[in-house]
Amino acid sequence: MRKALRRFYLILMLIFLYAPIATLIVLSFNSSKTRAKWGGFTFKWYVSLFRNSDIMEALYTTISIALLSSIIAVIIGLIACVGLNAMKKTSRSIMMGITNIPMLNADIVTGISLMLLFLSMGLKFGFGTILLSHITFNIPYVILSIMPRYKNINQSTFEAALDLGATGFQAFFKVILPDLFPGILSGFLLAFTMSLDDFIITHFTKGAGINTLSTKIYTEVKKGIKPEMYALSTLIFVTVMILLILINKPDKDDNLKPYTPT
Amino acid sequence: MKNKAKLLAAPYSVWAIAFILIPLAMIFYYGLTDRSGAFTFENIISITTAEHSKALILSLFLSLISTVICLLLGYPLAMVLTKIGRNSHSLIVFIFILPMWMNFLLRTLAWQTLLEKTGVINNILNILGLPSLNIINTSYAIVLGMVYNFLPFMVLPLYNSLTKIDTNVINAAHDLGANDVTTFIKITLPLSVPGIISGVTMVFIPALTTFVISNLLGGSKILLIGNVIEQQFTQASNWNLGSGLSIVLMLFIVVNMIITAVFDKDGEGTML
Repeated sequence: MRKALRRFYLILMLIFLYAPIATLIVLSFNSSKTRAKWGGFTFKWYVSLFRNSDIMEALYTTISIALLSSIIAVIIGLIACVGLNAMKKTSRSIMMGITNIPMLNADIVTGISLMLLFLSMGLKFGFGTILLSHITFNIPYVILSIMPRYKNINQSTFEAALDLGATGFQAFFKVILPDLFPGILSGFLLAFTMSLDDFIITHFTKGAGINTLSTKIYTEVKKGIKPEMYALSTLIFVTVMILLILINKPDKDDNLKPYTPT
Repeated sequence: MKNKAKLLAAPYSVWAIAFILIPLAMIFYYGLTDRSGAFTFENIISITTAEHSKALILSLFLSLISTVICLLLGYPLAMVLTKIGRNSHSLIVFIFILPMWMNFLLRTLAWQTLLEKTGVINNILNILGLPSLNIINTSYAIVLGMVYNFLPFMVLPLYNSLTKIDTNVINAAHDLGANDVTTFIKITLPLSVPGIISGVTMVFIPALTTFVISNLLGGSKILLIGNVIEQQFTQASNWNLGSGLSIVLMLFIVVNMIITAVFDKDGEGTML
């Protein structure tokens, strides 16, 4: 009885979270141009999508920014983690406090503050300013994913490698890095996802003439969203869903087994 | 070795100063000066004007309601996830990570389609013989949008702190004769406080400062404080006023951070 109730609640919440997503997928097959009425089933938006240079350009910008910003954030973040761990406790906590600011601060404030900075530096708003902003809000995700892994590393293994004649670099790459890898990977994926889904910070730092998918959608809201956008979102979503299912390989028996305290 | 390693934090330190601290200082500079650059409190005081204070109070009100609803919906969900097993990782992914790959603006816009007068939800209600729901372009729709978008931010910290509770403690309470309700009130709830505080912060701040949700679901007639600030930057080009209002907003954020720091010393209920 109780188990059924739990299952029911879980399903209810999943419906709540996925109802809009299902709606968008259905709309991508709607042959009527407005989202208000159903005009029959069609694949035409999936075809015309690839001929729509505006959307393709926005997609290209979005993916370039997400990829570049998360790779650069991983590099800066990883190096920073090595340094932070060698620091004294007080200076490390100060740095971690600063790292937390972009995560706890409101996106609108982060966006505005970066906009004011770029304005006063006289930078030209465009790809570069978006990239700098995305790196900035991605680094904290990377650092906060890697730092907890560091606590579990046995410092003696590193020293053992040094004693056995490895240089500091060799020891780091052969001993420490493999242990950090899961943290690096999850930091990268998190950063990539955040960059892809960001609208607010991009909105303030993008300037005219360049659009990511988010900002493109925002400008289309008043005129009505192009159905091709639904088609593209569906393609992205389904691809990622398949990838995630493959990675997680949800073993049904394992997942549904009730939790038994050990 | 240690001293050399310390230097590796230098590139990030420079980055953090240049792109985190200096930009924040710029907000204070602009917020505390007028267009000619002279020092003034005008921009901050302007929060007391009827238009701005109305937006702030409405924002506070709607984000508080959304936070409470998120907590009430999210706590049972987090408990269900904990009960399903330590192995509910893939469910967590489906609740938090996967939806983010469908654009946030589109997901919010989809609620328009669902909520419209002749929308999906009203059709279902009609079939069931229930009265239709007309909440699109009202504050109710904004609250729904906030709950929908920020619920995952509530569930994850709650889930993290609930999984950390030693099951032996709960078993001990049962052995000593406590029923489920007493165990929940005396054991589970107090031990999950760090998660609650962290979840409340993660929902309250984005809800308080949003301008997108109110724009998309509020029919652009309902102005929240986020909308007022955004307009100062994108339409009115009054950066000083926009920065001044942002300083007011940051006051709430700082208070929130302090509360989190006091209740969650070990960072137990953190997002990651």
